[in-house]
Amino acid sequence: MTDIDVTHDLPLPVERPPRPTAGPIDWLRANLFNSVLNTILTLAAVYLLAVTIPPVIRWAVVDAIWHADSGRACRGDGACWAFIAEKGRFILFGRFPYEEHWRPLFAVVIFIAMILASCDRRLWGRRLAALWLAGLAAVGVLMWGGILGMSYVETSLWNGLPLTLILAVIGMIFAFPLAILLALGRRSQLPAVRAICVGYIELVRGVPLITVLFMASVMLPLFLPTGMTIDKLLRAQMAFTLFAAAYLAEIIRGGLQAIPRGQIEAADSLGLGYWRRTRLIVLPQALAMVIPPLVNSFIGAFKNTSLVIIIGLFDLLGTANAALTDANWQGFYIEAYVFTAAIYFTFCFFMSRYSQMLEREFNKGRQQ
Amino acid sequence: MATDTATAASRPNRSLRWNDPRIRSVVWQILFVGIVVALVAFLVHNTLVNLRRQNIASGFGFLDREAAFGIGESLIAYSPADTYARAFLVGLLNTLYVSALGIVLATILGTLMGIARLSSNWLIRKLAQVYVEAFRNIPLLLQLFFWWAMLRVSAPAPRQAWELLPGVLVSNRGFVFPVPIADPVHRWMLVALALGIIGAIGFSRWSKRRQALTGTQFPSGRVGIGLIVGPPLLVFLAAGMPLDLDWPELRGFNFVGGSAVSPEFAALLIGLTIYTGSFIAEIVRAGILAVSWGQSEAASALGLRPGQRMRLIVLPQALRVIVPPMTSEYLSITKNSSLAVAIGYPDLVSIANTTMNQTGQAVEGIAMIMAVYLAISLLISLFMNLYNRAVALVER
Repeated sequence: MTDIDVTHDLPLPVERPPRPTAGPIDWLRANLFNSVLNTILTLAAVYLLAVTIPPVIRWAVVDAIWHADSGRACRGDGACWAFIAEKGRFILFGRFPYEEHWRPLFAVVIFIAMILASCDRRLWGRRLAALWLAGLAAVGVLMWGGILGMSYVETSLWNGLPLTLILAVIGMIFAFPLAILLALGRRSQLPAVRAICVGYIELVRGVPLITVLFMASVMLPLFLPTGMTIDKLLRAQMAFTLFAAAYLAEIIRGGLQAIPRGQIEAADSLGLGYWRRTRLIVLPQALAMVIPPLVNSFIGAFKNTSLVIIIGLFDLLGTANAALTDANWQGFYIEAYVFTAAIYFTFCFFMSRYSQMLEREFNKGRQQ
Repeated sequence: MATDTATAASRPNRSLRWNDPRIRSVVWQILFVGIVVALVAFLVHNTLVNLRRQNIASGFGFLDREAAFGIGESLIAYSPADTYARAFLVGLLNTLYVSALGIVLATILGTLMGIARLSSNWLIRKLAQVYVEAFRNIPLLLQLFFWWAMLRVSAPAPRQAWELLPGVLVSNRGFVFPVPIADPVHRWMLVALALGIIGAIGFSRWSKRRQALTGTQFPSGRVGIGLIVGPPLLVFLAAGMPLDLDWPELRGFNFVGGSAVSPEFAALLIGLTIYTGSFIAEIVRAGILAVSWGQSEAASALGLRPGQRMRLIVLPQALRVIVPPMTSEYLSITKNSSLAVAIGYPDLVSIANTTMNQTGQAVEGIAMIMAVYLAISLLISLFMNLYNRAVALVER
């Protein structure tokens, strides 16, 4: 830097115009090589990519085997995607009767359509609730059958992706009202109610989901009167619902705490009782505030459904594991898990993007 | 009692006592507690009846009986002839061990990735983003199965083991790596290290007091590192560098010597670290972003160097945002370590599960698991709350 003494009446030295910063080389310089440390990091990252990416592509694409009649014909240096071609339908739908696979397929399509419809904020309201009711009824009819000429299929044959979706969606639908009650109970003025709600929430949040599932599968039969049994799927669904409710309750409590005291006082001065105040004034504002974390916790619940394989249900991950036990197609673990992971990823990634978008929308009013 | 009648007397006399909010609240609470107690009593009664019918003795007497099952890996001496109580202890220690390691590693990985997501380097930023998005959106259990399959099935036999670093070998028997052979000098090095740490703490206190009194700074950080690293190094050099490594050797079908980590443990630790690291990365990123840019500018205007700016201005404020969600991530590592049961690492849940299958003591087994996890959760929250209080904003 040359010092310029502005007190002198000399003309300033002519400087070159600044370099345009639009070209790709300038972009590289600005974003990859703008300091010594960044240059080292860039080179290290490029080296890492050069070492890892080509073998992965060679394994997944170049050396991969796409068609084979049996596992033995499928051994090579690359991936055996023929395994997925052979077992993909089993991984998706499990032991559901093979000729009837269109039924779980339709059920999955209905679920996806309903989830997509729920993403549109203009539809939120009574009509969406009616749509969900109709959709769930349709899913139930499709999965159970027994009417309209469809054969009856017992719940132990509901496997794969439909089971994952049922556990996650039904679990959340039932957990939600329970969670609202728990959250209200935790904020209640009545000490006994508050103590019981706090106890339940903290107990459930303090233990792993696995123990709750164990409890449902091992202890629930002991809890019931002699002779009464509950379907295994329903037991898992109950455990799942009770577990999710504790986590949802804490999120909803966050929303309740954010309601300014003045809102409640205003409702009181209008003469509204506790339930009407809660239903008309408090909850609409509190729930709207916590929609993004609610979506996140739905993602968590969706991922958590994979734990049901530990108590012997065959969800998407369970059917992938079951497909691996076929004596003709042994050892294609990586292929099966990559395929399953891709399905989970698609759902979760979409939902997390949606939650981020909602968060941006909701924050629009607050940001400058 | 006397006060009650006094307040009641001062109120207008109501014909309908039901409209008195205090009476209503008591009635509602009695009703609610009654329902809950009735439900619990119903369940307990059924359980007792069912247990009697199945001839299962309740109580924790089974803990003194011989476990009679082997455990693959254990931090303490254990044989199938030991009691169920000792088997539980083995499981508990395994759970604590993998959780503690997972917490440390996930914090390191997550912090690095969180900072990398804010890097000015486009490539680093994008790589960190790919890491976070990929591992956050896939169930942990699936990732555990994947790593287990990679290490157990896809990894080569010990004869063709992959050599990551000299002496660090990966095969389908897990990781093996060299360990130093114990030497009496090493103990003295530990003593020197402890003395050095005490010295460094004392020195930093002295320099802080001096700065408060006189305003002169002292490079206490660099001197402190010297005090911590120096003494053990001096002891090591003075004793003639007694460092013999026990190298793993291939003998027959497996390795002998060195130290080994089973594929199950490695898969669990890798899975927990990478999965939770992706969540911690987002927490760290949000924490740093929460400190407004003006704070950094103000620090620069005061003449602080970038390192000081980060250490004295940005980090203390970011920690306030980071610590509470970080606590729940630590809790979730501990709870998620129970997924070990799915890949065969003998953690608490897995051993309790075996015990329940052998003895039929389902109620006691699950009660013990729950009690242990609740205790761990409580301890971690307590510790993190203390830490949170230390970093929280002190308002006047």
